[in-house]
Amino acid sequence: MKPVEGRAWIFGDNINTDIMAPGLYFKAPMEVMALHCLEAADPSFAAAVRPGDIIVAGRNFGVGSAREQAAMALTHLGVGAVLAVSFGRIFYRNALNFGLPALVFSESSAIAAGDLLRLDPVVGQLQNCRTGRLHTLPGLPTHLLPMVAAGGLMPWLKLRLKEERP
Amino acid sequence: MSTRREMASASAGAVPSAMTLTEKILARASGRTAVQPGEILTCKVDLALLLDSGGPRRIWPRLRELGAGVWDPERIVLCSDHFTPAVDAESAAILQLTRDFAAQFGIRKFFDMRGIGHVLLAEQGLLQPGMFAVGGDSHSSMGGAFGCFMAGFGAIEMTGVVVTGEIWIPVPQTLRLNWYGRFAPGVVAKDIMLFLCREIGMENSGTVLEYGGDTVQEMSIWERMVLTNMSAELGADSGLVEADATTVEALIAAGREPAADCLAWRSDTGARYVEVRQFSAEALAPQVAAPHSPANSAPVDAFGNVSVDQADIGACVGATLSDLHMVAQVLKGRRVARNTRLLIAPASTRVTIDAAADGTLATLTAAGAYLLPTGCGACAALGAGVLGEKEVCISSTNRNFRGRMGANSAEVYLASPYTVAASAVAGRIADPREFLA
Ligand code: SF4
Repeated sequence: MKPVEGRAWIFGDNINTDIMAPGLYFKAPMEVMALHCLEAADPSFAAAVRPGDIIVAGRNFGVGSAREQAAMALTHLGVGAVLAVSFGRIFYRNALNFGLPALVFSESSAIAAGDLLRLDPVVGQLQNCRTGRLHTLPGLPTHLLPMVAAGGLMPWLKLRLKEERP
Repeated sequence: MSTRREMASASAGAVPSAMTLTEKILARASGRTAVQPGEILTCKVDLALLLDSGGPRRIWPRLRELGAGVWDPERIVLCSDHFTPAVDAESAAILQLTRDFAAQFGIRKFFDMRGIGHVLLAEQGLLQPGMFAVGGDSHSSMGGAFGCFMAGFGAIEMTGVVVTGEIWIPVPQTLRLNWYGRFAPGVVAKDIMLFLCREIGMENSGTVLEYGGDTVQEMSIWERMVLTNMSAELGADSGLVEADATTVEALIAAGREPAADCLAWRSDTGARYVEVRQFSAEALAPQVAAPHSPANSAPVDAFGNVSVDQADIGACVGATLSDLHMVAQVLKGRRVARNTRLLIAPASTRVTIDAAADGTLATLTAAGAYLLPTGCGACAALGAGVLGEKEVCISSTNRNFRGRMGANSAEVYLASPYTVAASAVAGRIADPREFLA
């Protein structure tokens, strides 16, 4: 997996999946829904986020509904990785299944909005270009690496099906 | 009690070390004799619940992309509930696609506009103790009331299940929550869950909640389902209740034969819990969760004069027959307040039939309640009953996140059906105990 590089977007605790993918836009195409991603927490986010940017959040990021559009909206907007003190269980799985690195990071408070960050999600290293600090964090779990390395669940299933039907 | 428990454990077969119910189920589903919390297992799925929301419309295109079919149509239960009835061309198209999927893959357990999936599983008796079940919806934990392990996953992982019949899962640690004593009148399972959202918080990932104690033993299967449903709000991997006579009765009532080993699906004596916590149901007051989190809860009398535009009885967690009975008990001989609207969406068509037959619907409508179609609807702002800007709602549903039920500026309070009904009559948040004396 390639390192991720982008600006930090800071979010607090308990950011839920309803906020990332609001029910009001459930039937709309992803291009429309993504414009409202995280709107209730930071109205400027969807319009200003750039490919590679990294979300740095507090506890329980992605709590709530199983809607995969939450992780999809983030990848649609080009978010490169999500770092949080802890994650909602289903969101965490969904993120990895879409090839969006989600890593537990306990030092969220050391990052400020807009900091330029460089992340190696496999090794678990985060460099803050503003402060010059190098943070270590748990890398992606080993048992998930084959799936994440394949590019997510779909490419991994393709490989698996090919093996079964040569 | 203890004798029954030991006998039951013994009949579950030889286990090298004592295990909790969840560990036993995951061991069986992964073909192991023993498992440890934290271990990652690949489990064979006994039943997969797909809903119109994250089901066929998200899975079918992926099956096409993979050139794959369905591993076992008999193990799939498909329900259209989120977009029912269609309110526009898009929702109609989603429902059509869901029907086409059922026909294409020969899914016979397809329930089209018959109710909310989690409730249908129970009504149809499709869950047996000891099962390892998955659902494409976070409240799939509700199934755990039947002594099975059932958890929610995203649609992409459900695609994996539909193709392979397997899923990976880390063995959660088990937290035992024991409740003792009788509820005061007007206090119910929902109040336990709103209390727990505040007491143990919403960050319980990696933990499964096992509910027990005499309060839970006394509960009907429907009340137990409120506990397991809202285990999702606690952020737990799932929630469950050990199988007992109530589980067996629920299966028989649904017209199913309970499996021979049904009562064996209990935690072993001496099983390792991360913690066993004890609570008194007697001391519990009706609880209300303020906007915008279920964890913002407090006893109902902590709320001052909060007037209510809309009172909502709905959702998998809050609109079964026993919920409608609570509402009717409060509304009998009373009227909904002039500036408040009370919306009621029965959780299934079966609930509507039964509530019509026993006179409950007449009581509700005579009091001024407005009946909505069965389905998720207002609960997730997908159908009728959406809230406008700055409106205040009290609801028997399970989530009050900002924007969940409509406008971002709307304020949703969560409470039991008793408290929602009392508030509808008072036109402000009210204590149901004043109406049940
Ligand atoms: S009623 Fe609400 S909580 Fe229950 S399945 Fe439907 S949307 Fe989810």
